[in-house]
Amino acid sequence: MIERLLGGTGRGLLEAAEQAGQFAMLTRSTHGWLARSRVEWRQALIQMGRIGVGSLPVSSMTAFFTGMVLALQTGATSKHFFNTPLFVGTVVSFALIMELGPVMTAIVVAGRAGAAIAAELGTMKVTEQVDALYTLGTDPVRYLVIPRLLAFLAVLPLLTVASDFAGVLGGYFVARVKYGIPSTVFWHDIVDNMMVRHFVHGFLKTFVFAWTVAMVCCFKGLRTRGGAEGVGRATTEAVVASMTLVLVLDYFATALLNALGIT
Amino acid sequence: MIEARGVVKRFGPRAVLRGIDLRIESGETLVIIGGSGCGKSTFLKCVIGLHSPTEGSVVVDGADVAKLKTEAEVADYRRRFGYLFQEGALFDSLTVAENISFGLRYLTDVPPAKHRRIASDCLALVGLKDVEDFKPAELSGGMKKRVALARAIAAQPSYILYDEPTTGLDPIMSDVINDLILDLQRQLKVTAIVVTHDMKSAYKVGTRIAMFHDGVVQDHGTPDHFKTTKNPYVRQFVDGLSKGPIQMRIKEFEGVEA
Repeated sequence: MIERLLGGTGRGLLEAAEQAGQFAMLTRSTHGWLARSRVEWRQALIQMGRIGVGSLPVSSMTAFFTGMVLALQTGATSKHFFNTPLFVGTVVSFALIMELGPVMTAIVVAGRAGAAIAAELGTMKVTEQVDALYTLGTDPVRYLVIPRLLAFLAVLPLLTVASDFAGVLGGYFVARVKYGIPSTVFWHDIVDNMMVRHFVHGFLKTFVFAWTVAMVCCFKGLRTRGGAEGVGRATTEAVVASMTLVLVLDYFATALLNALGIT
Repeated sequence: MIEARGVVKRFGPRAVLRGIDLRIESGETLVIIGGSGCGKSTFLKCVIGLHSPTEGSVVVDGADVAKLKTEAEVADYRRRFGYLFQEGALFDSLTVAENISFGLRYLTDVPPAKHRRIASDCLALVGLKDVEDFKPAELSGGMKKRVALARAIAAQPSYILYDEPTTGLDPIMSDVINDLILDLQRQLKVTAIVVTHDMKSAYKVGTRIAMFHDGVVQDHGTPDHFKTTKNPYVRQFVDGLSKGPIQMRIKEFEGVEA
């Protein structure tokens, strides 16, 4: 029993160490190609279209309803304590622009585009298309990983800005319709309290999330083994790992940005 | 000329190749036969550089594959090879013409304006026409194999490696592919290695046959040698017998519980 437990733990640790090493090698190779400016721009543009256009409706809609819920809760809570809905615009905009916008957009895009990347690369791996790239004179990292990484880095910040905007609109809608807060009060709440550095705080995080989701999903896709079942497993692992990492890294990114005074 | 010198390939503790010594002279077609998992495809991947041998070396025209260092050396090496994958490995997102011209873009200096014409020429060589704008999903199994073959020859390689070219095809289409391999040998004067389970194909296209078993070369010689040899491993494989020195690991059927 103890022997089996120790054996299982050991195997798990070895597997984790192996994956960490392979991920480090993929990261090194990716940035090596980037440093040499060997970019497949056509592929990158195609990926930007797929990730950006496809994700915009779902990320905006999610943010819109999140903004509505935030306004609803803020209004109800402040009404309970102060008998009137207060600071609805401030709470909605701060929560969305600094935290929820970047995090939720990254999670939605990981679930949609990240899963698609892991499944596509995984299928290419098990059908030997990745090997075929080598035999036809190109490196899979250059042809597959870099365009997707650049697409994520370009598109996720833009999607986040769109989500921030949609979320604030959602909040405004509830503030107006449910609580009858005048437009000027709602927008003044935001403009008077929100500084450029608050927006920068959220915006910078999106690059960390974009890098993480793209690299993790490409990594999981490229190490797929075992046919259709393996592709399914790789896709699930890619989505779970990238969503978890987004939430974990959000804490560390926030702590770092706070330490740097960008808060 | 391709020369394998004591090639050993291990994946973790498992040795797939355990010391392969083979020499493939220019212009000849070596057919490698053997049971599933005996290391045939792994050997092909060692030749083209997709796998590095754990021990030993693969030397092609005097160059050791494992010692290619610069990007230019690797590109020059790959330019000499065409590789037909078992399932074709065509890129799903590209059209037939884009698949065929893919290697031209990365392996050669052929101007892009000529790529489509070369793709059409290669398709004609494998007996296909007017499929340039199709996606791989729109093709039958035999057509996919032929498009993959057209892609393998597009950059005019000196060597073609075929990984089970007739697997999954009906007998007529298998023979069409065999004829294509022979035609390409005659027209392009290439050196080829063909990995197959199909003895009819092996006898038809091979100038020499090597049988792998358990990661080593069990026997090699001309097709006539393989038809007459008394080597029990070869006889069992060629005659397709379940009983013999090659033991298949099949769990005994123990019945089904009600």
